[in-house]
Amino acid sequence: MYLLRRAWAELANEVFVLPSRTLVLAWALALLALPLVYDDAYALRILTMTCLFAIFAASWDLLAGYTGQVNFGHALFFGAGAYTSGLMSQKLGVSPWLTIWAGAAVATLIGFLAGYLCLRLRGSYLSLATLAFPLIALGLLFAVPEFSGGELGISGLRRLATTPTQNYYVAALAMLAVVFGLWLLADSKFGIVLHAIRDDEVAARASGINTPRYKLVVFALSAAAAGFAGALFAHYIRVAGPSTLEVALSFQVVIWGIFGGVATIYGPVAAVFILYPLTEWLGSFKAVGELRLLIFAVIVLLVLLFMPRGLTPWVRDKIEAQCPRCKQRNATWRKMCRLCGAALKAEVARAQRLVGHQ
Amino acid sequence: MLQDILVTGLVNSGVYALLAVGFSLIFGVARIVNIAHTAFYMLAAYCFYALLVKGGLGFALAGAIAVAAVTALSVLCYRLVIEPVREHEAAVLIATIALALIFQELMLLFFGGSYLGIPSTLEGMVRVFGVSIPYQRLLILVVAALMLTAVWFLLYRTRLGLAIRATANDLEVANLMGMNVHRVAMATVAISVALAAVAGVVVAPVFVVDPFMWLAPLVTMLAIVVLGGLGSMKGSLIGALIIGYVEAITVFAVPAGAYLKGAVALLIMVVVLLVRPEGLFGVAFEEER
Repeated sequence: MYLLRRAWAELANEVFVLPSRTLVLAWALALLALPLVYDDAYALRILTMTCLFAIFAASWDLLAGYTGQVNFGHALFFGAGAYTSGLMSQKLGVSPWLTIWAGAAVATLIGFLAGYLCLRLRGSYLSLATLAFPLIALGLLFAVPEFSGGELGISGLRRLATTPTQNYYVAALAMLAVVFGLWLLADSKFGIVLHAIRDDEVAARASGINTPRYKLVVFALSAAAAGFAGALFAHYIRVAGPSTLEVALSFQVVIWGIFGGVATIYGPVAAVFILYPLTEWLGSFKAVGELRLLIFAVIVLLVLLFMPRGLTPWVRDKIEAQCPRCKQRNATWRKMCRLCGAALKAEVARAQRLVGHQ
Repeated sequence: MLQDILVTGLVNSGVYALLAVGFSLIFGVARIVNIAHTAFYMLAAYCFYALLVKGGLGFALAGAIAVAAVTALSVLCYRLVIEPVREHEAAVLIATIALALIFQELMLLFFGGSYLGIPSTLEGMVRVFGVSIPYQRLLILVVAALMLTAVWFLLYRTRLGLAIRATANDLEVANLMGMNVHRVAMATVAISVALAAVAGVVVAPVFVVDPFMWLAPLVTMLAIVVLGGLGSMKGSLIGALIIGYVEAITVFAVPAGAYLKGAVALLIMVVVLLVRPEGLFGVAFEEER
């Protein structure tokens, strides 16, 4: 009973005080509860894919948003995970439950290598050089079609689970675990170092931070998450094909990341949860089916014109305000800061009148 | 085979140089990584096709109108889409990606996804050193050389060119010296897209025209620009020659080379970057802090 009351108090004090945290909690619960209420196979399929792409987008954000290593070839890690896991389960007959970890491990290794190659590059050079990596991999795969399956890829992979609901839960739980893990990591001291590297690498190095080591670790971590998503994806659609390495996928993740708002982790995830089902839903109409990519691009363009920093920072600024004294965030409808009691922005004048003098 | 490599390499290098110099110009002046650059090249090819085959205009007229229309469109896109988000680098980036996707989908909608063929501007071929070169390829080479000379003249012999180079060198100081940097940026966008459009018009009869024709040259162009050094004209030109010839050699001399040509070109870029992170002729930009 005490523990329950304690948990409730934590919830009320830490989560319900901020609308953004309440929203995140509601979203996570809704995701977990959805199949109990509505188990349409088509909807579950779309949401499963959404969850997998959400992991992918969040992993891009850790690398590009936090550390500033804007990767244009993030599909490399996704494809590495997909192909490794696919090949292992197909050629060696290992259970997919084991091969997804191998996929993530190989992706980590490749992330480490890519990071090593990119250590000396910065800014646009890094973006454009990373764009090349998945294409080199694609060229090599096409050159050995007996091994890689050529343009068709490796098909007929085993699924992780049998029913749509089970598959959905695998993807949703994996997504929640990875995304919250990345979020915690990005909010920790480690994340602060990453912010420092992005904002001013020279200053970060001058403060005694081993920036190359941090960059390598971030490349490896981000690649691990992306490769994990890729492996799950390959086993879900039962094909590990060249589409997992394409430029289009690399660009897609950049669009998700920037549309949602970089350096937030939850931003890209929100963007995937809005944009991916939206395009699929548009594609289900006969009349606009062919237009879905066009509509997608126009929406992205329009949203950017009005919210150049991305969707979630804009929404967050609408529903929350920063306390002028202690810099903690508060719901906009509060008059006083929830932690230090300072009056919030527009209320300053009125508060001073009430107190009398200050 | 050697002659084949020499000729194909030179022609491809010409096209790549047109694209890469334009891209480099925009990046140097406005710091825009214009992913939609080759989408404009694709648009010009379609425009040329529509005017020539559907509209029945002459080659010269159709080509001129196509280039002019695409250039005008690029300025419009710049004013409406890029300019409002100029301060946010990330937003500019995906705005150009979104523009490229929009163009691709619009062309898919109007012309369908099938490959379209365009009759050659010039029929027949000439024999040089035992290799027969179609006149069309010769035309590509001549046009590319003319355009590059024109750009060189514009950049180094006119007041506008001086302004462009000054802005590329230091935007703030150029602004303080009384140059209208916004107008300079717009002029640069127009020049660079005009180069891409010319490339699109001249290669349309040689390559097939389809809505996805912008992706392959985009990657090659980026490789060239990075190889030569971002923002450097000379680097783009030499990078184009290197990549053009490397691709030709891979296609003609290596088995399964057609699949590998992109990979080899990109591999060379990566190797050069590892040795010289700022590219062959990279202007070492002072770190913006």
